Amino acid sequence: MNVIIDNFPLYLNGFLQTLRICAFAALGSLVLGTVIAGFRVSPVPPLRWVGTAWVTVFRNCPLTVVLFFCAFGLPEIGVNGAYFWFGVTGLVLYTSAFVCEAVRSGINSVPAGQAEAARAVGLTFSQSLSSVVLPQALRTVVPPLGSVVIAMIKNSAIAGAFGIGGDLFAVGDTLTSARGEAALPVLLGVVIGYLVITIPSGLLLAWLERKVAIAR
Amino acid sequence: MSTSVLYDAPGPRTRRRVLLGSVVAGVVLAGLLALVGNRLADKGQFEAEKWAPLTDPADDNFTNVWTLLGDALVNTLVAAVLAMAFSLVIGTGLAVLRITAGRSWRWLVVGVIELFRGIPVVILIFFAARVLPGFGVDLSNLWFLVIGLTAYNSVIIAEIVRAGVNSLPKGQREAADSLGLRRGQVLGLILLPQAFRAMLPALISQLVVVLKDTSLGFIISYEETVRTAGIIIQNLDNPIQVYFIIAVIFIAVNYAVSRLAIWVERRLSRGKKTAATLSATDPAGAGTGGGG
Repeated sequence: MNVIIDNFPLYLNGFLQTLRICAFAALGSLVLGTVIAGFRVSPVPPLRWVGTAWVTVFRNCPLTVVLFFCAFGLPEIGVNGAYFWFGVTGLVLYTSAFVCEAVRSGINSVPAGQAEAARAVGLTFSQSLSSVVLPQALRTVVPPLGSVVIAMIKNSAIAGAFGIGGDLFAVGDTLTSARGEAALPVLLGVVIGYLVITIPSGLLLAWLERKVAIAR
Repeated sequence: MSTSVLYDAPGPRTRRRVLLGSVVAGVVLAGLLALVGNRLADKGQFEAEKWAPLTDPADDNFTNVWTLLGDALVNTLVAAVLAMAFSLVIGTGLAVLRITAGRSWRWLVVGVIELFRGIPVVILIFFAARVLPGFGVDLSNLWFLVIGLTAYNSVIIAEIVRAGVNSLPKGQREAADSLGLRRGQVLGLILLPQAFRAMLPALISQLVVVLKDTSLGFIISYEETVRTAGIIIQNLDNPIQVYFIIAVIFIAVNYAVSRLAIWVERRLSRGKKTAATLSATDPAGAGTGGGG
């Protein structure tokens, strides 16, 4: 276990880098996923098609392939940036499909009478969506959305394995491959790093679920 | 349709507005596609030289490339099927343990499940490949990948099985108890067979997650599809084209499996007398949301 104590600053940096990746990716995918969900329920057919295609593509494609596409494809269409941002972009694209489906199923769970009542008092599509349907949908959406975000935190390790650099996975890789440390203690340290994030997130989510649960 | 909840059948004015919106959205989309296509064309991404090894049977490399890809796809499927089979067995075992264990032991099973659910699957694969050889476990990369995938997916399946058992009407267990069946018999003869039926869609959906996660084998140099793609790209220098083909294959296979899950779900709920089936898209909130 000395290897963890000796390399504690390295682990701490990896931990912070993982948090950084997750923060950007969570923000991006929540925003993008909600927009795509809006597309999927919109009355405009081309937007619906885009939404459906988006979800079909990114839900069925492995994250590794999405990440490779970002790294090789984005520079070809003139988007250049650090590897970090390609990794975050890949995570955002992939996760947004799951966020979209969570939000959409939340919208579908709102009883039809609510939307009908909103229309009956004369609200427009965007008004009924933003002030009647979405506020109720968001409550139902919290549990699945939380699972999506926790899954995304775990997926950030894939972005790390893919070479984003400096995150918890990379720390484990560097210490075991380049420095030839014994694998077991090094990787236990990495595992603890992830558990420190995922287990409290799970507890927080369970608490949040109870808090926002609506008795219908 | 979800859309009917949000708006009425459109009147003439709304139809005009929707048409206008469609035209605007269509033009914007076409513009974006044209822009991307144009940029790609500028970089020579549509040139025959880059695509021929994948699409033109007359090309020198065509046979080689597709032989490699074919083997890789078989490797991907083998790893996925093995991982799924082991996960089913171990997952069911864990669920049975969790259900039957006394209060003093249940926390241990729950602890193990929560622990493995919290670790990224890629770390588990990496762990298997790096740590197990140190303990004299000398296996091929296929088995390290399968072990990593199984460690992660069996706890997910344990949660699906538990949710399946919990979804059964209480009367089933009570009737079995009152007949004098022993605990094991109640589970094995009455509860699990019905639970599996209810869980089938969720289990099929989990196969999509496993299929996608096999692509993580590239980290431990298991020659599955993504790793093989890397090798082809090193030789032919056409990453976009190769990854495009691979993405298409994965999407086609996984889309077919997802449709199968939805079809099974519909079919099961048609002649449904007992429990509700677990949704294929959200297996009991088992936390599989973001998949792999």
